[in-house]
Amino acid sequence: MTRRPTFLFWIGFCAVLALLIVAPFALPEFWRRFLAEILIWGLLAMSSDILIGYTGMVSFGHSAFFGLGMYGAAAALLTTRPPSLWLAFLYGLLVAAAVAAFVAYFSTRLRDIYFAITTLIFSQIFYVIIFTWTEVTGGENGLTFSRPALGIPGLFSLPFTTLTLYWFVLAVLTASYLVLRRITQSPFGMVLQSIRENEARTRAIGYPVERYKIVAVMLSGLFAGLAGVLYAIQNRFAAPDFVFFVVSGETVIYNIMGGIGTLVGPIVGAGAFLLLREGLSRLFPYLASVAAQHGIVLPGLAEFPHLIPLGLVFIAMVIFMPQGLLGFARRWLNK
Amino acid sequence: MTLLEQILIQTINGIVVGMILALVASGLTLIFGIMDVVNFAHGELFMLGAYVGVITLAGTGSFWLALIVATLMIAALGAAIHVTTLRPLLGRDPLNTILATFGVSLVLQNYALWQFGPVARKIQEPITGQFTLFYLDYPWYRVMIALLSAAIIGGLWLFLKFSTYGVWIRATTQDRLMAQAMGIPVPRVLTIVFAIGSGMAAASGVLFGPLVGVNHAMGLDWVLKAFIVVVVGGMGNLVGSIAAAIFVSLMEAYASLWVSPSQAIIVSFVVLILTLLIRPTGLFVPTPK
Repeated sequence: MTRRPTFLFWIGFCAVLALLIVAPFALPEFWRRFLAEILIWGLLAMSSDILIGYTGMVSFGHSAFFGLGMYGAAAALLTTRPPSLWLAFLYGLLVAAAVAAFVAYFSTRLRDIYFAITTLIFSQIFYVIIFTWTEVTGGENGLTFSRPALGIPGLFSLPFTTLTLYWFVLAVLTASYLVLRRITQSPFGMVLQSIRENEARTRAIGYPVERYKIVAVMLSGLFAGLAGVLYAIQNRFAAPDFVFFVVSGETVIYNIMGGIGTLVGPIVGAGAFLLLREGLSRLFPYLASVAAQHGIVLPGLAEFPHLIPLGLVFIAMVIFMPQGLLGFARRWLNK
Repeated sequence: MTLLEQILIQTINGIVVGMILALVASGLTLIFGIMDVVNFAHGELFMLGAYVGVITLAGTGSFWLALIVATLMIAALGAAIHVTTLRPLLGRDPLNTILATFGVSLVLQNYALWQFGPVARKIQEPITGQFTLFYLDYPWYRVMIALLSAAIIGGLWLFLKFSTYGVWIRATTQDRLMAQAMGIPVPRVLTIVFAIGSGMAAASGVLFGPLVGVNHAMGLDWVLKAFIVVVVGGMGNLVGSIAAAIFVSLMEAYASLWVSPSQAIIVSFVVLILTLLIRPTGLFVPTPK
């Protein structure tokens, strides 16, 4: 009986993966980069779904793990000659893991809103440190570096193009998805979900809830750091803006928009959010130019901030679609 | 100037900033303690209040009128925000309110950037006199801010203690369901609490405007500091937040004797971490039984 849904899942998985592999051939340069960016933010959102969706802890501090992953990668790329891709991953993940361990130790002592606020404030601590420690982190301007080549030392080395970088990001995301999916279905993942459902009872059964929570935060932070490394490689810079808590807030938005507790949902949410933002940022200048052609001058329309309608859409989703796009679609399909 | 004199000046500075922070944080903690709403948009209400103050001041020339108009307008805005976005979330997980108010803050901040531009505005202080404190001219206005903040918080306390709505608000805090059964219009009480909190944020924005200048991002710093204060003081505890606000501001003021002010904020982060380690329920509240 249970074979059929998993069979269907793998068919769907392969279909979506195949579609994503061939998608860049149909897209111009800009949209290839854009798609890669969606996948990176999707990875970040997916990493925080481990906490939000599976353990029931809303983290408002994922920007710390993401940003520190970026700076870790920057450290590797700036100090080693020639810049090594794998070293960037190693450094980025090490830094993110260390930060995640630190944050996890303190923040998991608290629950619900308190956890959210604590993670937020921790991410701000790292933001202030990075922002003011100009000699090491470049301060407000951040760090720029060159992109490493994809290769294995002594065997081969080929520089990234937009296309190969996209595939590389896709490969990392797919691997992370499969790992996280396996983890959420493992006994460990089951315990996390039971913490979400009833923490007191999980404790009463005899599970060390605190330890599970710490591991969950560290796991989540590690994958967020991975996303940070990818982002650094894609954009060739690390900046304090990415440690700022607004990035964490957007991560939560991706989760809510896509649907929490699904792993894929946050990726869908990131895609929907970024596409909507891109579309809206073009809509208002376009509307202004159309209006101008008809002789109507609307001052301020071209500069109208596209984040306002985006924010309103988000508020409406929190109120009316708490299960996100994926949950909404699922209910609609089941009807 | 000797170290002792510097410390004394920083003490006064710390208390002044602490009183403003207490005003911001008491609005936040009022909203949290009574409504279980974590108001992420609080900093934006602070910022919009300062902007309304700037505009009214430019139009009328009266600082006091600006203070009152800003408070009332932002209180009305707060009531509108509550009715449209938070009332539908009543009875759901409090985490939903963080998300909704995060959306609100996104909208308000971008609106301010669009409407008022990125250039900081200045509010002229109503009292320009100074007095001499150890060879240093200290503005009277700063002292006035501290006194006025204390007066507003005192007014809030009297309101909660003696007015009909104050009694209703306290009853709602204790037991929302029972309060409703007794005929207290709970949804309206909650809206009014949110409006009061918003108005307090706006008032502190206007009061603080002359010291730093008004821009669209000024709320971010404050909302973070206010959150620290609210956690250190014990969530939803009015007296605790006031004590914590002054304590944290004093610590930061002393730290800025040795490091730059932008790094001094780390001190308040450290206070927070220590609080969470030693007394997660808050430094300035009695140990819960």
